[in-house]
Amino acid sequence: MDVAIVLKILIAAVAAGTPFVYAALGELVAEKSGVLNLGVEGMMLVGAITGFIAMAKTGSLLLAVASGMTAGMLMAAIFGVLTLTLMANQVASGLALTIFGIGLSAFLGLNYTSIALPGIPELPIPLLSDIPVLGKLFFSYDILVYGSLALFLLVSWFLYKTRAGLILRGIGETPKSAHALGYNVIRIRYLAVLFGGAMAGLGGVYLSVAYTPVWVEGMVAGRGWVSLALVVFATWRPLRVLFGAYLFGAITIAQFHVQGLGIDIPSQLLSMLPYLATILVLVVISRDLTAIRLNSPASLGITYHPENQ
Amino acid sequence: MIAKKHVFSIAILAACVLGLVLSASAAEKLKVGFVYISPIGDAGWTYQHNLGRLALEKNLGDKVETKYIEKVPEGPEAERVIRNLAKSGYDLIFTTSFGYMNPTLKVAKMFPRKYFEHCTGYKTAKNVGTYMCRYYQGRYLAGIIAGKMTKSNTLGYVAAFPIPEVIRGINAYTLGARSVNPAIKVKVIWVNSWFDPGKEREASEALIAQGADVITHHTDSTAPVLTAEEKGVYAIAYHSDMSKYGPKAQLTAVTHNYGKFYTKVAQSVLDHTWKPEAVWSGIKEGSIKLTPINPVVPKGVVALVEKTTKGIADGTFKPFHGPIKNQNGKLIVAAGKSLTDKDLLGMNYYVEGVQGSIPK
Repeated sequence: MDVAIVLKILIAAVAAGTPFVYAALGELVAEKSGVLNLGVEGMMLVGAITGFIAMAKTGSLLLAVASGMTAGMLMAAIFGVLTLTLMANQVASGLALTIFGIGLSAFLGLNYTSIALPGIPELPIPLLSDIPVLGKLFFSYDILVYGSLALFLLVSWFLYKTRAGLILRGIGETPKSAHALGYNVIRIRYLAVLFGGAMAGLGGVYLSVAYTPVWVEGMVAGRGWVSLALVVFATWRPLRVLFGAYLFGAITIAQFHVQGLGIDIPSQLLSMLPYLATILVLVVISRDLTAIRLNSPASLGITYHPENQ
Repeated sequence: MIAKKHVFSIAILAACVLGLVLSASAAEKLKVGFVYISPIGDAGWTYQHNLGRLALEKNLGDKVETKYIEKVPEGPEAERVIRNLAKSGYDLIFTTSFGYMNPTLKVAKMFPRKYFEHCTGYKTAKNVGTYMCRYYQGRYLAGIIAGKMTKSNTLGYVAAFPIPEVIRGINAYTLGARSVNPAIKVKVIWVNSWFDPGKEREASEALIAQGADVITHHTDSTAPVLTAEEKGVYAIAYHSDMSKYGPKAQLTAVTHNYGKFYTKVAQSVLDHTWKPEAVWSGIKEGSIKLTPINPVVPKGVVALVEKTTKGIADGTFKPFHGPIKNQNGKLIVAAGKSLTDKDLLGMNYYVEGVQGSIPK
């Protein structure tokens, strides 16, 4: 394998990893506030079809992004009402949200199957993208890829450098204490869940508008689940989410290159790898209790009843 | 008491008469049902079958009435849909996906007086015929064009599942390309799906990155053609004309056309001459066609393709004609001989020039 092919695999891996970056960072914020939303797959699908419809009708990427995010947020709002207002079980509600999203997106997309969009152009950054090798690797993507990097910076800064981020993390650890200090736990969790929904929707828009600009039923194809696994894989750290997303992207891309080069590894084995890696990480961190205590939100998945405190 | 009995038997009699009248009027118009695996959309496998249905309606006018049911998953759901069609008065039913084979046979047994035609299957019965197309003939022709247009001598092939049908296409394409350019290598990537634009795109990108400058596919979506257009390489489309997705990229498309066949079968049912047959039709019967060739292809190449097309149509030329070597250079078809239909139907090896190995 020469440098040119490795470079092409890496570039393709960044594109393939971008939907994971969006969805997993969104979910990370929600989980940091203590809410486990398993509906990522469903929110991504609904975001994907809404963004696709907006793009097909208006041709405006901005509208596609806005409507995809709004749709993801509406889905997340349903989840919020169920789990935060009605205090329903988070795991069950999340699964229901995914199943609902699969059906809803298929229904909305009835008249849009097999329509192809032109896709969105790559935006090479002037000068920087002319640097040999590195220029192509770092500075020649479409705007949604740059957007995902901006999101990473934003989320890292918000969680670890701002007071609001500290409060959010505090709620994820001990909602009771946060409540005692006068913070509205339910309201802040709502905001985190809505943010997670918007980002999942945006990840869906990237898939249906930029990555493969067609609408196909179920086109998210398990990426929502991979994103959920990714948050655990990254032990709830944004930088590791970014790294993991590109790693998972690279594995997806590599399975095709391996075949094209005639190397005899079953492609099924490679497509299994992201999940194996996640299980491995889960095993490793569950053996090291401090790592869990340090990073995973202590109240994750536990319903909080303010009036009982 | 007696009066009551009378009323009862009159009612039965009336019901019988009504039933007779109904079935008589149904016999006047042949009701033809179609079962599709995917939505019709605007290109692809089901789209082509639906074009065939529309041609049937046009050709036979008010002698037939057609109905289709799309997006029917293979398996138990298919059986239910086919049975419902048969039950609701459809006399001739076309089931257009491989996985409908057993459901079709099962329902056919329950409705011995209805006619069934199953696409791509290998089991016939008293009232079940099968039909498919010799796609490999079109593939061979497309191979000639690709072999003449490539500069890197590397062709890319996005393939769905390693079954004889797909392998036959890869081999015919390779033979066609190597007939005009013996230096050709064909790279194959299996995506293990008939329809997954994401994977098809990733596979196409990988092939292009590895030097392929003509991409073709044996999958259902338009993604390979879209990707080729985007990356500035050529593509050979499959199933339908996809030139609107890749006006510059698409050199031609290998299409299958069922209008004539559907008309013939429906007519034979109307004439009471229908017989269960296993039909395998190709260029000669007009089932396989290339769409108009992109003007970038030189005139000489187009003439060669036309000549070969004529040869295939009148039987003087066979794509799988010896000498043919397999991937390891072993002679498998001697000069002067060609593969029989039986050999073709069970094909499970690559010919010389294809890279990689067939997944087990």
